[in-house]
Amino acid sequence: MMRLVHHFLEQSAERFPDKVALVCDGRRLTYAEIEEQANRLAHGLRARGLQRGDRVAVWLPNSAEAAVAIFGALKAEGIFVVLNATTPTGKVARILNNCTASALVLPARQSEDARFLQQAVPSLGTVILCGDAPSPAELPGLRWEDVLGAAPPTRPPCRTIDVDLACLIYTSGSTGDPKGVMSTHANVVFATGSIIQYLENTPEDIVINVLPLSFDYGLYQLLMVFRFGGTLVLERSFAYPAAVLRRIEEERVTGLPGVPTLYAMLLQMNLSPFDLSSLRYMTNTAATLPVEHIRRLRARFPWVRFYSMYGLTECKRVCYLPPEELDRRPGSVGIPIPGTEVWIEDESGRRLGPGEVGELVVRGSHVMQGYWNDPEETARRYRPGRYPAERLLYTGDLFYMDEDGFLYFVARKDDIIKTRGEKVAPREVEEVLYRLPGVVEVAVVGVPDEILGQAVKAFIVCGNGVRLTPQDVLRHCRAHLEDFAVPRSVEFRESLPKTPSGKIDRRALLTPSPEGPGEG
Amino acid sequence: MSIPSQIRRYILENFLFTDDETRLRDDASFLEEGIVDSTGVLELVMFVEETFGIEVADEEILPENFDSVERLTRYVEAKLREPVFAGAEAVAVW
Repeated sequence: MMRLVHHFLEQSAERFPDKVALVCDGRRLTYAEIEEQANRLAHGLRARGLQRGDRVAVWLPNSAEAAVAIFGALKAEGIFVVLNATTPTGKVARILNNCTASALVLPARQSEDARFLQQAVPSLGTVILCGDAPSPAELPGLRWEDVLGAAPPTRPPCRTIDVDLACLIYTSGSTGDPKGVMSTHANVVFATGSIIQYLENTPEDIVINVLPLSFDYGLYQLLMVFRFGGTLVLERSFAYPAAVLRRIEEERVTGLPGVPTLYAMLLQMNLSPFDLSSLRYMTNTAATLPVEHIRRLRARFPWVRFYSMYGLTECKRVCYLPPEELDRRPGSVGIPIPGTEVWIEDESGRRLGPGEVGELVVRGSHVMQGYWNDPEETARRYRPGRYPAERLLYTGDLFYMDEDGFLYFVARKDDIIKTRGEKVAPREVEEVLYRLPGVVEVAVVGVPDEILGQAVKAFIVCGNGVRLTPQDVLRHCRAHLEDFAVPRSVEFRESLPKTPSGKIDRRALLTPSPEGPGEG
Repeated sequence: MSIPSQIRRYILENFLFTDDETRLRDDASFLEEGIVDSTGVLELVMFVEETFGIEVADEEILPENFDSVERLTRYVEAKLREPVFAGAEAVAVW
């Protein structure tokens, strides 16, 4: 029985011990090798005091160590939390304190960050450092090789059951504070099973993942591939699309999960030097793909099954468009994933019919448990369902459905920006900007962008006599925000437009100003 | 200004937003060290095309050509040595 997430790895290691599970950084690891390393890490964590349900933070770029750490944490009866490698240290400290993490795995070259976090995060007991260190003599923690080398390769006993939490996935909320979505093992087992069913994955599938494992869309590629016993080609990013295409050719990749930015980049490229005939399917989620891009992808990859999808971390995935419907309803994100249901409600809770726009509500075993340590936000998004203990997910997204029940995304109810497939809370960026001396008033908005979907733009009012340059602003942002949240452009204004109630009028900022743009 | 200095200055100004030369080692991987993000690579391509008058083919946009000041310098220098078009030598004879 596959009841727990680490059973994905364990069963594949039993079925296909010598099969390559992971291709990463020029290494090829078999299921047996990953299983053994994850077992060793689990023993290592337990020996250092990790208790059932303790949080293990994995702050690594996409790598074999990240995959081992995820499964090792679960085998140790822990809960894993993957953090984006580009998250600034200050924010990592806030997240680790939010979930009172007990253990942290990070690259050894970030020894300084490790020292800082040991001071800033009182709950942190075990720090494990991966890779080469600048000065190995004075490492602020344990070396990955030492932890694994000293532990037995056998599977440790495990008391976890499927109602226990498997992971926290941090996502941006409209308040700007990161929120950790709690997933039980049962949630992940259900969601992966449903998605594998409609993607029709088999052990023959070779999936390339260029998305960060901190992002549920990236993480689930690892989890699903290990569940169906395929091969995962794990890349750092899609910064070098030609390198990704070459890898697809070399590894005979069958599945490409992408976001609109990746597809926009592919559509600008000359693809003729690459043999991409092995691709069986592509998927898109995280943000809407323009219909024109779908049309052009269909023309350039006529042999590929293309899945338009929609989801949010709070339930992993909501819906998908069966590829055979794509030409008929190119703007739709389809139907609920297998074993779940959705409907559309108005403000009073009335269910709406075809063509009527309202909030999308989700019901099913993929609806996660809420936000870690945040009952208020949890109560806003997750509301009581039909039966005791059942929760429905209120997505905060406006949708309508057509006569056949196919769903169409209309807009978000909040002002979250979706850039490069990542969520950015304007408030988080604004708070960082307010900390810059001389800044009097700011507003951060998303402006349409061909490649990014939306680009983050900051409007800034400076105090009298203050001379700030866009560079000053961006340097400050880089130090305090993830790379995707750093504004792409900065505009200085004398004042910001206000609504009658005195709030900053974001809508007015999105229309060109009568006096023309300022500098930047 | 030399090719590596021009590249350094562009990276410092546009990605690190500083003129502090010590912030950028010539062998530092732009991606590993979070200096350039995934869409930043495309900006970098535009920069070298405009600054050095070369044409970058899509399949050349690879980490081995673009992922550090050193590598990018080597790549640009090699591109500048390439004949502009196949008939260049013949034209020179005329």
